[in-house]
Amino acid sequence: MNLFDIIGPVMVGPSSSHTAGAVRIGNVARKLLTEEVKEATIFFHGSFWSTGKGHGTDRALLAGLMGMQVDDARIPYSFDVASQRGLIYEFRQIDLGDAHPNSVKLLLTGVSGKKQEIVACSVGGGRIEIREIDGLSVRFGGDYPTLIIRNQDIPGQVQQVTTFLAEENINIGTMQLYRSARGAEAVMVIECDKEIPLDIISALEGFKGIEKATYLSLIGN
Amino acid sequence: MYKSLEEIIIAEREQNLPFWKCVMKEDCVELDITEEESFKKMKHMYHVMKEADEAYEDNLMSRSGLAGTDGKKIHDARMAGKLVCGDFIGRVMERAVKMGESNACMKRIVAAPTAGSCGVIPAVFISVQEEKGYTDDQMTEAMFVAAGIGGVIAHRAFLAGAAGGCQAEIGSASSMAAGAVAYLNGADAKGIAHAAAIAMKNLLGLACDPVAGLVEVPCVKRNVIGAVNAMTACDMVLAGVISKIPPDEVFDAMRAIGRNMPENIRETGTGGLAATPTGVEMRERITLL
Repeated sequence: MNLFDIIGPVMVGPSSSHTAGAVRIGNVARKLLTEEVKEATIFFHGSFWSTGKGHGTDRALLAGLMGMQVDDARIPYSFDVASQRGLIYEFRQIDLGDAHPNSVKLLLTGVSGKKQEIVACSVGGGRIEIREIDGLSVRFGGDYPTLIIRNQDIPGQVQQVTTFLAEENINIGTMQLYRSARGAEAVMVIECDKEIPLDIISALEGFKGIEKATYLSLIGN
Repeated sequence: MYKSLEEIIIAEREQNLPFWKCVMKEDCVELDITEEESFKKMKHMYHVMKEADEAYEDNLMSRSGLAGTDGKKIHDARMAGKLVCGDFIGRVMERAVKMGESNACMKRIVAAPTAGSCGVIPAVFISVQEEKGYTDDQMTEAMFVAAGIGGVIAHRAFLAGAAGGCQAEIGSASSMAAGAVAYLNGADAKGIAHAAAIAMKNLLGLACDPVAGLVEVPCVKRNVIGAVNAMTACDMVLAGVISKIPPDEVFDAMRAIGRNMPENIRETGTGGLAATPTGVEMRERITLL
């Protein structure tokens, strides 16, 4: 927390959690897809569904998926911008059980046909958490350059990745491990202090046992 | 960030620096930025507030239809000389409502400390500057004072309605504005702290009970009481009145009250005004939109 969390952010109203937070979820989801979104199915859970229209949560989320930031004056008109860009979108209601009341599930397809499924929530004051990627649990806020690696749950995977990052002189801030079941699919979420060059990400994808490396960069929109 | 106003009072004395500068210096270390960068950033925040004030559209309604056009009504009444409070307080009221309505209508605002309470600080600051002719640099210093008070409140209590009710949002905004205006009028750190304390005391216990869960009713009008209360609290301190309860203890009381608040008056839109027959009827009508 710093002074500009108290006075700030500059944002389009009316709600830091239901509007600014929704823009940020859209932003992060778009970056995780790593390309322009062509199709989006957006499932709102809880308060996001019940008060979302009045808070412009739908418009905000769509704006975020198109790369707009929380202070973009076009947010109220994002439906029109999406139509102009040929972005196909749909909003639906969903019950995600005991998920955070401000949760959303996104099914995204990019311009190249790449698909991504994300569950995220807005936890207050514009802060967000990504809770699920492609069906596997994770938990990160998108405040740091973040590397998400899907790998087989076999010995040596963590060491292989961390050693490689250390050799490339990349310092790890935090690291979390998740898996769907013993010996099945696993996920590493690594938050770094500085950006990871993209060639390192693709090199990681060639490692034995690693199925997919997704990277959230903080550079650009 | 400072953990108590008492620490800032001590820092002012020991470092022989004004309140705002103690706050700024400390934040520069935390963010690893220079004082020039920090000052420029804060000045930008004030300029965005002024732009937002001028960008009000008097024919705009929110999507629910519950918020909009009241700012113009107050403006017209003020111009016609009809207001009991007179022109100056009238301007403060007008700006507070306008900013709250702009927020509800998805226009650009500065959360200060939250979006729901975004009208309090600009209403007070811009009107006081207009009246007394302070420079933008002086106003930026006052912004640091406000942010410093907000930081202490965030540490000792909370700034979100969901956590502590409206006292945490409008109460905090009012407390921040009160201390800042006291600074502009020559108060030292102790005076600033007491203005902040008196403003907060007057809004302790305020429920967060928005109709249909939207940041509209009663949020827009609560910005008016936050703004006007900030100025009366400041005037009491300028007259030599102090808070009988020390400022940091007032913030601790806000936390204790927030913790005891039932969930239905903590931004869930299920208690208080939201649960009145009319509030429920509004919610049902909006859900059908």
